[in-house]
Amino acid sequence: MKFIDEYQDNRLARGLARRIAQHSTKTVRLMEFCGGHTHAILRYGIRQLVPRTVDLRSGPGCPVCVTASADLDKAIALAKLPGVIITTFGDMIRVPGSYSSLQKAKAEGADIRVVYSTLDAVEIAKANPGNSVIFIGIGFETTAPTIAASILRAQQDKIDNFYVVSLNKLTPPVMKALLDSGEVKLDGIVCPGHVSVIIGSHPYEFIPRDYGVACVVSGFEPLDILLCIDKLVEQIERSEPKVEIAYPRGVKPEGNKKARQLMEDVFEIGEANWRGIGIVPESGLKIRGKYEQFDADKAFSVRLKPPKEPKGCRCGDVIRGAATPLECQLFKKVCTPESPVGPCMVSSEGACAAYYQYGATEDLWGS
Amino acid sequence: MYCSRIWAKIPQAMCLAIPVRIVSIDGDEAETDIGGVRRRVSIAFTPEARVGDYVLLHTGYAITVVDEAEAEETLKLLEEIASLSEVH
Repeated sequence: MKFIDEYQDNRLARGLARRIAQHSTKTVRLMEFCGGHTHAILRYGIRQLVPRTVDLRSGPGCPVCVTASADLDKAIALAKLPGVIITTFGDMIRVPGSYSSLQKAKAEGADIRVVYSTLDAVEIAKANPGNSVIFIGIGFETTAPTIAASILRAQQDKIDNFYVVSLNKLTPPVMKALLDSGEVKLDGIVCPGHVSVIIGSHPYEFIPRDYGVACVVSGFEPLDILLCIDKLVEQIERSEPKVEIAYPRGVKPEGNKKARQLMEDVFEIGEANWRGIGIVPESGLKIRGKYEQFDADKAFSVRLKPPKEPKGCRCGDVIRGAATPLECQLFKKVCTPESPVGPCMVSSEGACAAYYQYGATEDLWGS
Repeated sequence: MYCSRIWAKIPQAMCLAIPVRIVSIDGDEAETDIGGVRRRVSIAFTPEARVGDYVLLHTGYAITVVDEAEAEETLKLLEEIASLSEVH
């Protein structure tokens, strides 16, 4: 397929790997923010291609993983209300909440449907006028415009039984929270390509300026990621951290203004609750008052027991980059994709799922 | 939805976006081709998209038009890197 196959070329990958090895003298720790990058790094053996001076850490860029237990509990409680149809993206179904999961609720009779697109959720609302259709809106800036568009579509088509639980989260504020905490020392960040399609590269500029950390936006094919690592290593070797784009076929510095306009029309910035990190100010999107008829938080009220985390699960540490999945005692023993304890093992973007699926070993991936 | 032959090539992820080619346009929707499979997508975020363009498709929406000139530049750069690093 065009724009995929040519960025998986073995010869060019080896060329990049040689160049990185020639340039890299300092030991550096890079964080790939996006779980999609973590999966690609393991899937294509990029760890094996780059020198040992380059340490790669997975970050919080997995929407399912960072959804707080309390928010999952709310989704499960909403699913149990009479006449409610829950719609959501696939990964959310299997994530364990404090006491149950959407999958279990479905088995117990709740109407829960996986959709590919937010517009599918609006169609379900249209087809079921006697039900309340609630979309569990997780995702980062890549997905937020599509959720905004679903609300605008519902308004335009005068659909009065469509609601959204807005759990959307924002990337730059959580990067700031991680850097402020100082828990994990980072030299560079592999910035998320498809988040950046929307927001552009400007929102990362505070990172090299205020924290001296290099930032390079990357695509998701192996050559994209290697080129990104090459640019990060070069910046760090020269002690000249800045923001660069290694994915110019997809990302412009100014991002996608049209998508951002829709997002800003529907949402306002508010705090968000991140698993493993907690409440981060100005890191979430709330539905604006003018669209409150679509806001599930306004339309429904559920009573929740206090949330609890799965015992022994280090998903929170993995999300912050403070631990690798291999450091979790449950990994591969109690916690497997078939029987996941925490969301990082469930999600197709979760670090634990990637480490499991591609057989990460201590010699290459140990801390 | 899509045939497994295509999905097998692409890591599954929520922030996933794949390049698809626009075959026809009808208002803010477009018919696209994904390795021989057709799908209708929203082009509400990419009103500049034209027939023949590749767009990055994310959960039913085109989020940007792929910049083909930049794509070629990147490949040229990668070729240079591969040949230069061989010399050393």
